[in-house]
Amino acid sequence: MSPNTMILRYKASERFNHWLVAICFMLTALSGLGFFHPGFFWLTNLFGGSTWARILHPFFGVTTFLCFIVWVAHVWKYNHVTEADWQWAKHMGDIVRSRTDNLPEIGKYNLGQKYLTRTLLVAILLLLATGILLWQPWFAPAFSIDWRRIAILIHALSAFTALLCFIVHVYAAYWTRGSIRAMTRGTVTAAWAKHHCAGWYKEMKDGEHKTIV
Amino acid sequence: MALQSLDIKARSATSTPSPSVRKTLEVAKLIDISKCIGCKACQVACMEWNDLRDTVGKNVGVYDNPADLSDQSWTVMRFSEVEVQTGKLEWLIRKDGCLHCADPGCLKACPAPGAIIQYSNGIVDFNEEHCTGCGYCIMGCPFNIPRLSKKDNKVYKCTLCSDRVAVGLEPACAKTCPTGAIVFGSKEDMLRHAQERLIDLKERGYQKAGLYNPPGVGGTHVMYVLQHADQPELYNNLPKNPGISPEIIIWQGIAKTVMNVGLGAAILAVIFHYVTQGPNEVKEEEEAKQ
Repeated sequence: MSPNTMILRYKASERFNHWLVAICFMLTALSGLGFFHPGFFWLTNLFGGSTWARILHPFFGVTTFLCFIVWVAHVWKYNHVTEADWQWAKHMGDIVRSRTDNLPEIGKYNLGQKYLTRTLLVAILLLLATGILLWQPWFAPAFSIDWRRIAILIHALSAFTALLCFIVHVYAAYWTRGSIRAMTRGTVTAAWAKHHCAGWYKEMKDGEHKTIV
Repeated sequence: MALQSLDIKARSATSTPSPSVRKTLEVAKLIDISKCIGCKACQVACMEWNDLRDTVGKNVGVYDNPADLSDQSWTVMRFSEVEVQTGKLEWLIRKDGCLHCADPGCLKACPAPGAIIQYSNGIVDFNEEHCTGCGYCIMGCPFNIPRLSKKDNKVYKCTLCSDRVAVGLEPACAKTCPTGAIVFGSKEDMLRHAQERLIDLKERGYQKAGLYNPPGVGGTHVMYVLQHADQPELYNNLPKNPGISPEIIIWQGIAKTVMNVGLGAAILAVIFHYVTQGPNEVKEEEEAKQ
């Protein structure tokens, strides 16, 4: 293959799904932060005031959940943790120092990405479940005040976890050069694929169908 | 219902001091349950002064009418028939409503700046214009008092007639009470008056009579004289040791701090990582090798 060979990592539908999750997640986070700490209360102005932020937040949240579930269902087949992943994880010291040559051959996603997806899935499921208990005026009155008190604490902790995942995910995409174009234009260079996910690269190369552009 | 603006002790979702240049006398309402005859004049006075009209409900087989507090009913007489001594029926009638805690759980839980305010006189007031309708105050309150209106999604509760008190009048319920079961004055005077009432009750055989001014919420600005202070739950489940629930304290306390610091630290950490470790990139030779 030539140096300019590009490999398709995400189809247009996958890219669209991803950005839908990203936008809904950010809308949910921005509208929710104002209710978490008064220091962020000004963010509710982005949504037309605090009452509108309160009304919209759960709808943004449910939309995020629905889009994210579609995404997770789609990538779940790549999420099985393999022996190679644990071998890869042993090099964590080198990886965080940006020394990523000669790592074990892993598939489409590394162990960090797999656990990030799983953590986000758990956090978003908890946010959805507890969010329903807090959703005024539709559902909250159906639950006891005791349960709602537990829900608000879990909701805040899960939101914190999801935001940490978000920060790590955005940074990792920026840090790993050549990744962002996978989610904008859909492709990565063959060298990128071979360097970061050699196992997946081999599959793509041998497959040669619709994946090399 | 906020009217005053210079004597604010605490304000919801506000971390800087509130205007507090004016200090007012700490007030309290004392409800002597042993004197209450259940006439509901206080309910009517409350409706009249505050211009509230609840919808006409249905008889559910008890004297409580309406059956519960609502956005239109800020006080409700709760009737409990009990036999503390076998064979001796007692009718304990408790005027339910906001107790105006010194440490208000509603104010602690509220995320909207200035939607709940506590005046230096002790009154805890909702400022519905700033209310977002999230219902967090309902979770913060240890006494299940605030009610979310189905009409406008704002919360309402007893204001202790903050508008009347501000101009030197007593609350409408105290003004109207025909037996003197509801009295209003400085907190100090009310505590003294309660002690006199307790001496009287104890002479009449109520050895467990006591004042309900629960320390778990820092004391309240609506206090009850109870004939059976050892069993407050007899009075339509008045909580024995009320306090702001631990979930609310953790959520509004340590969790807020840890999470804000945590998010800030995470952002600083990734910036630090990038400037010290540089990007994770594919070398040019590798690109050329392909």
